[in-house]
Amino acid sequence: MNTFVLKLIAQRIALGLLLLLAVSVLIFVGTQLLPGDVAQSILGQSATPEAVANLRRELGLDQPAWLRYFDWLGGILQGDLGTALSNRQDIGSSLWGRVGNTLFLAFWTAIVAVPLAILLGLVAVRYQNRWPDRAISGTTLTAISLPEFFIGYLLIYLFAVKFNWFPSVSTVHSGMSLGERLHAIALPAATLTLVILAHMMRMTRAAILNVMQSPYIETAELKGLGTFRIIARHAFPNAIAPVVNVVMLNLAFLIVGVVVVEVIFVYPGMGQYLIDHVSKRDVPVVQAVGLIFAAVYIGLNMLADIIAIVTNPRLRHPK
Amino acid sequence: MHPSLKTLTQQTTLDQLSRRDFLRRAAALGIAAPFAGSLLTSQAFAGTATPQRGGILKAGMQGGESTDSLDPASWTSQVQHSFGQSWGEALTNVSPEGELVPRLAESVDSTADAKTWIFKLRRGVQFHNGQEMTAADVVATLERHSDEDSQSGALGIMRGIESIQATDTYEVTIVTLEPNADLPFLLSDYHLMIQPNGGKDNPAAGIGTGPYKVVEFQPGVRQIAERFEDYWNPDEYGFADQIEIIVINDPTARISALQSGQVHLINRVEPRVVDMVQRLPNIVINNTSGRAQYVFPMHCDTAPFDNNDLRLALKYAINREDMVERILRGYGSVGNDFPINKAYPLFPDDIPQREFDPERANYHYKKSGHSSPIVLRTSDVAFPGAVDAAQLFQQSCAQAGINMEVRREPGDGYWSEVWNKQPFCASYWSGRPTQDQMYSTAYISSADWNDTRFFRDDFDTLAREARGELDQARRAELYRDMAMTVRDEGGLILPMFNDYIEATLSNVGGWSANPMGEMMAGFALSKCWLAS
Repeated sequence: MNTFVLKLIAQRIALGLLLLLAVSVLIFVGTQLLPGDVAQSILGQSATPEAVANLRRELGLDQPAWLRYFDWLGGILQGDLGTALSNRQDIGSSLWGRVGNTLFLAFWTAIVAVPLAILLGLVAVRYQNRWPDRAISGTTLTAISLPEFFIGYLLIYLFAVKFNWFPSVSTVHSGMSLGERLHAIALPAATLTLVILAHMMRMTRAAILNVMQSPYIETAELKGLGTFRIIARHAFPNAIAPVVNVVMLNLAFLIVGVVVVEVIFVYPGMGQYLIDHVSKRDVPVVQAVGLIFAAVYIGLNMLADIIAIVTNPRLRHPK
Repeated sequence: MHPSLKTLTQQTTLDQLSRRDFLRRAAALGIAAPFAGSLLTSQAFAGTATPQRGGILKAGMQGGESTDSLDPASWTSQVQHSFGQSWGEALTNVSPEGELVPRLAESVDSTADAKTWIFKLRRGVQFHNGQEMTAADVVATLERHSDEDSQSGALGIMRGIESIQATDTYEVTIVTLEPNADLPFLLSDYHLMIQPNGGKDNPAAGIGTGPYKVVEFQPGVRQIAERFEDYWNPDEYGFADQIEIIVINDPTARISALQSGQVHLINRVEPRVVDMVQRLPNIVINNTSGRAQYVFPMHCDTAPFDNNDLRLALKYAINREDMVERILRGYGSVGNDFPINKAYPLFPDDIPQREFDPERANYHYKKSGHSSPIVLRTSDVAFPGAVDAAQLFQQSCAQAGINMEVRREPGDGYWSEVWNKQPFCASYWSGRPTQDQMYSTAYISSADWNDTRFFRDDFDTLAREARGELDQARRAELYRDMAMTVRDEGGLILPMFNDYIEATLSNVGGWSANPMGEMMAGFALSKCWLAS
């Protein structure tokens, strides 16, 4: 790989880190703007002024905001996310298990959904405007139009209650083997697959169709290559950048936006954890989860950009 | 089978209905006595068969959060309550009939003035860590919960206590500041689980004396406990080898988990789906009329609610029957504007029921001289159906010529920003072990949660007198006076008491209704068993 591409990638990574730093400031400032005093809300309405003052000192709330920001940032850089105010548990130890669960569900959903979406996209282009294309577009668009909870309930009704193939409660825990875990998450993963499939499939189809207008595709056709070969070998590589972008967006959704699915399937992921703590005004947890979510978004977008840079033929073969 | 008949059969099996009443009501549905009788025997095994040991008993419950902790002082949610009752024990319990039942205390004695209380402790009770429970642990526990800085949920109960002393290895003597005939009932509070050294070392260690010991605690996800082999009372508690609570906050997911057999018990079946759930095979609906209540508190010291005529106008302008029918779908009973119902011992049952009376409401409204709209704040979190209930209230007020404005508030922050801050809102109360505790929690002037701002010296005097009165007849009289005061002059509008609607699979035995709280007042997991 040439130095020009490497330089572009390095710039992109630096930009990503800078962005993350900026977001950390925003999260910190945002949580400071929340109404109500943390110490007061922990102690409740019958708290004496001395108790509130003691707790404020204990939590370091009497320090100026910029000092607390650097304390917080310094802790995070050393892997210390702080202590939850509501139940005094170490945030790191309760959060990493949840992060792991969320990533596990997202990973296996992606393993199924991404290749499936791209394959369906390719098939749809191959049989453009004929019945396979219409069938694929029709079903995926129907799935994306239904609310997540409805798809979830539908799958529960069919596969948990009627046929009893999969559990409706997807609580995973440390004692489970990989097989048991996969069995437990079958229904939420299927729900999420149906939710994100259409988006990625449509983008793949559109991007490839766009490339298919190019003169070099015509050349390939004139060479007498088969349609599917043209699509897979000649058109798809040039459509990777937009496809990767939409894939990354959907992956980010799988990590930060699956609260509804978590609730329906009782899956112990990060979304429910965040919501419980927001309603208790547990600021350190909200900050930690917010930062992780931001890192996921920024990281995946950065990855999409890097893939776009690397796969861009014009950069790979500079004149 | 006719759905109502199924309910009747279940109620009879669960001793909520007598056999004779069952036959009479079955006849009303057009079912001949011999057939109805055979129905009873076919369904009766759950209530009568002997308990079986073994298996993993699982409950799917609403009311748990990832912010939960094992420290009994911090418990507020239903899941913590139910899980806590399986691994911890208090000195006393209160039976479904409202009587005092000894638990870790074997007997209770008091001096004639009801100020000095002597608790004799059970001998040979072991903590899960192998230590024996003694008076020192009990004293330490009670001390921890009465510490002003403890943030314990039982602090309000403990405030009236002057001293707690271990007078023997197995004897604790408690002296109260004022006479309090209810003290042994108050010590049944679920926060007051006896822990080694009172939990002063590590309150969240989850060590108690209960029939189960904690194996896994994942707040807001699941909590598991296994049978404690050295438990002192294995005949009454702890039949399953292991118990598990899975937190399922979504109502539809809860029912489907029960339907697919992943859990054996669930709480909070929504009234609107009860009829549908009832038709499912292998599922039994358990309906318990309890002490919990849906209310609209008004601040008696804030305009316009500082005017008793206006308060009376609103009390006459609410249609209780209609609300029970529409909001609770009949799973509840009408209230009478004081926080006590027949589930309490010494309930004053001769107080006339207040009815919806638009003319009388209008009369009091005119007399109050108030005319601008009355703002009622509500939210979905106040109680299930609170927004609809507020709108029904608004409509019945309109019939009485009262202009009410319903303001919907966000659920987040409702309990900190609206309830107990705004002068008129929707809210709920769960029951308390005794009448005194209900009044002491929310209606006497010094109450922690006086959410009607009811400050009345004469009422406080009545409460103090009733608390110290050991003569039950005199006590009942005092409670009647207190009920009348709150009903006619207080700031509480209490349209309905809601039932607890819970469901079990038909192979769950040992279920019995307990009006003290959800899930058999938290004892479901340690008292129920699985039929093979």
